[in-house]
Amino acid sequence: MGPTPHIAVIGGGSTGAGIARDLAMRGLDVTLVEQGNLTHGTTGRMHGLLHSGGRYAVSDQASATECIEENRVLRDIASHCVEMTGGLFVKRPEDSEEYFQRKLSGCEECGIPAEVVSGEEARAMEPHLAKDIDKAISVPDGAIDPFRLVVANAASAQEHGARIETHSKVTDLIVESGEVVGIEVEHDSGPGKRVHGTEGGTEEIQADYVVNATGAWAGRIGDMAGLDIEVRPSKGVMTIMNIRQVDTVINRCRPKGDADIVVPHETTAILGTTDEEVEDPEDYPEEQWEVDMMIDTLSELIPMLDDARTIRSFWGVRPLYEPPDVGSDDPTDITRDFFLLDHDERDDLPGMTSIVGGKFTTYRMMGEQIADHVCGKFGIDADCRTADEPLPGSEDFSVLRDYMDEFGLRSPIGRRSVERLGSRADDVLKTDGPNPTVCACEGVTRAEIQDAIKGSGSDLNAVRIRTRASMGNCQGGFCSHRMASELHSEYDEPVVREAWDELLQERWKGQRHALWGEQLSQAALNYALHATTQNRDQDPADGDSVDFSAFDSGRGQTGGSVDSADVAADGGTNGY
Amino acid sequence: MAIESEVLVIGGGLGGLTSALAAAREGADVRLVSYKQSTLRQASGLVDILGYTPDGDGPLTDPYEAIPSLPEAHPYRKVGVQTVRDALSLFDDAVPTYEGEHTDTNALLPTHGGSIKPTARYPAGASAGLASDTRDTLLVGIEEMVDFDAPHVAAHLDATGVPFDVRGETIRFPGDLRADAKVTRYAKLLDTNSEVAVRGRMVPAREALAQRVNPLLEDEERVGFPAILGDDNPGAIRDALGDHLGVDVFEVPMGPPSLPGLRLEDALFSALDEAGASIETGNPVVDFEGEDRIEKVFIEKNGAKIPNSADQYVLATGGFVGKGVESDRDGVYEPVFDCHVPHAADRYDWFEGELFGDHEFARYGVATDDDLRPLDASEHSEFENLRAAGSVLGGYDFAAEKSGSGVSIATGYAAGQRAAQEAR
Repeated sequence: MGPTPHIAVIGGGSTGAGIARDLAMRGLDVTLVEQGNLTHGTTGRMHGLLHSGGRYAVSDQASATECIEENRVLRDIASHCVEMTGGLFVKRPEDSEEYFQRKLSGCEECGIPAEVVSGEEARAMEPHLAKDIDKAISVPDGAIDPFRLVVANAASAQEHGARIETHSKVTDLIVESGEVVGIEVEHDSGPGKRVHGTEGGTEEIQADYVVNATGAWAGRIGDMAGLDIEVRPSKGVMTIMNIRQVDTVINRCRPKGDADIVVPHETTAILGTTDEEVEDPEDYPEEQWEVDMMIDTLSELIPMLDDARTIRSFWGVRPLYEPPDVGSDDPTDITRDFFLLDHDERDDLPGMTSIVGGKFTTYRMMGEQIADHVCGKFGIDADCRTADEPLPGSEDFSVLRDYMDEFGLRSPIGRRSVERLGSRADDVLKTDGPNPTVCACEGVTRAEIQDAIKGSGSDLNAVRIRTRASMGNCQGGFCSHRMASELHSEYDEPVVREAWDELLQERWKGQRHALWGEQLSQAALNYALHATTQNRDQDPADGDSVDFSAFDSGRGQTGGSVDSADVAADGGTNGY
Repeated sequence: MAIESEVLVIGGGLGGLTSALAAAREGADVRLVSYKQSTLRQASGLVDILGYTPDGDGPLTDPYEAIPSLPEAHPYRKVGVQTVRDALSLFDDAVPTYEGEHTDTNALLPTHGGSIKPTARYPAGASAGLASDTRDTLLVGIEEMVDFDAPHVAAHLDATGVPFDVRGETIRFPGDLRADAKVTRYAKLLDTNSEVAVRGRMVPAREALAQRVNPLLEDEERVGFPAILGDDNPGAIRDALGDHLGVDVFEVPMGPPSLPGLRLEDALFSALDEAGASIETGNPVVDFEGEDRIEKVFIEKNGAKIPNSADQYVLATGGFVGKGVESDRDGVYEPVFDCHVPHAADRYDWFEGELFGDHEFARYGVATDDDLRPLDASEHSEFENLRAAGSVLGGYDFAAEKSGSGVSIATGYAAGQRAAQEAR
């Protein structure tokens, strides 16, 4: 075997991170580039469902079988990212009995443990289910944190020697003599992890092979080498509730349709979703009716949703793909299976493979097949170990110890920190200094924030996805300036201010779709805290210079410049 | 039989308190009822009149000068400049622990995030921190206190161009407070000046705090702390620290829970008490009777609905934050009397895409005539004996203008005074 091949992986979502980890563990040199944060695209915009496969047990049994296999693997290797909530497919009186039976037998055919429970039993499990739910099928659905999972994959890849570059956008594919030999990237400038090979400039990354794992953006990358990759981006809305109305994943048991799932996720519940084809994965309408439909339709299953508090909504884009000869009109008909497009075989352009389609739950399996494929190109015979080796954080995550005493944290905060950190809890939480809570909604302490800063640099949105800080009820209203201050020990004030603004704006973006009732009150408070109390909307640091001498400089003065000696002599007497 | 008064004020924030005070000083028999904790604990405790025009011009040096050019719907235009001045005089008289009345000119105060903001009145505790004062400044943060990172605040202040040198240092607070102690714990320790252990020796807390700061002080002539310096005796604490350190000491206003906001609330409640008003807190107004006139309102107390009747009523229940204005997916409403709140039909028109955009929701509230009486959709007054004051009023964006306290005080004053005059 010759020198170790260097593989460039484009895309820092679950698929890209999974591929990078797998290849790095097999000993290949890997560089992963991502245009934004890790999970910036589709992965960070999903409902966090760890599929049991039940959802596809009628329509797409191959996918269903893969899901249940990977569901078992992830519970094992990514235990600190998974909450095994269990799931129910609930049937309303108007839903078809025939479909219910097909769902049940489909689960059996695919090896998905499934059991029928009566309406009463279902309501005993989930008291807020509608009174007229007939019955349900229970399946091993779970909740999974996509951010934590991808970060853990990237960290593992790094431990195995990979280079991970976020905020690095691919601007071109380098093609020489009819072969892809590398990529050109534009690095976003800035300190911390945003200082790359070349700060703020372009870099040519030579590669022996390129893997395009950009999902809904795969067509864009293909265009750079004149390849036609027919991804059909399909948008879906998700609405986040401020509490968990349910502790089990609730699916509606009917063939297909919008607004048919509720996933409990950490402190929240996520309502999903829709499925509508869009032209551009980055620019599509986000509309009020989509949010309203989500609440109205899912209230049929859980009536209290009708006037519950939502904290934000967001849209994700599925990277759907179907081979050119199928021709489905409706995106819900398109298979959730994934496809490996070897551009040598398909387009006579060696040096690159694209991976399209697929599901989050099967990201590891996709990574394994891609890595097999790449290794095959180079005649490398190395086994895949990603199904057996736990991710960083999940190594010995078996018992939650009593961390209240150990780390001097109040019990719920300690418990939540440890759940997030898994086996890394000791390393992160054992600090010398005091460890106050920075984000009260999600119980995130200074130690966790500092750990995230070490991992992600000055980008507060990257800190956010690693810790959940600013993702609770207040949506950053009370904690964004605290998070910014945590950056300041290492970064200069202007960098901190920019990161702070970016975080505030990102938090606002999703809240826009939840601005009525309680959340509008919260938004009005947040706006007042930042604009009134802090004057961040008119911050002179961001704007024109101020003539300080024109303002009040204290009792006995009426503006104008001040003789400081007078003020000093006069000062200190203003007590009461 | 109903509990009777001449003027009934609903709401215990700045608008309600000022209303009740103005009415009581006018000689009326006043009753104030408030439900939840007032939003003063969320406010910085600074009293802004007007820092920026609705077009964003500013910081304004003279807030009074800009008032006549405000849009017609603005509450200041309803009451007029002279009323704003008179109202501030009432405030200055009722709250002597505030400064800024010596000039019409706005002051610039450092914020806990490190920006500066224009304001008209500031607590005595903040006065040595004025940004137009040119003395060099040391800011002291507490290691456990995530709301005020002194080195960061100092660097940010420096970036605003303040005319002095500013440095930040972080200390461990003396005494064994837990990492997530509330601000009131710090204040209490300094109020009582309890002894704390310092290297095995027991030292009073104020002295111990000064000892931590002293070695860090260079040539600075003033030292700023986050606003935790006492609840009951802030002046004495500042003096004690100042004596130990040989400099002036000030507080930087903080976010919620805000001690300066709570102290202001206390000061106004005592002024109201002294003026002889009756006060009932903790119970909501849930219903009312009356068509063109409000005859009585019902206050829910332990499940019972207690009637309260008055000749004149003031609605000072707050805006979206205080829940005096509420909304659902279908619209915006005022929950006590169902007064009309003008708003866009499509809720996606209520706000802008940028956090600091020109949000319509920020201006939502009841519209009134020049006598502050809420108007219905056809611009007739909703009730002949109801006036509105404070952030339940629409037509202005207090956050962008930095006009919240000024509008509350001015409209509260006007509504309270007129209600009293009419009731007599």
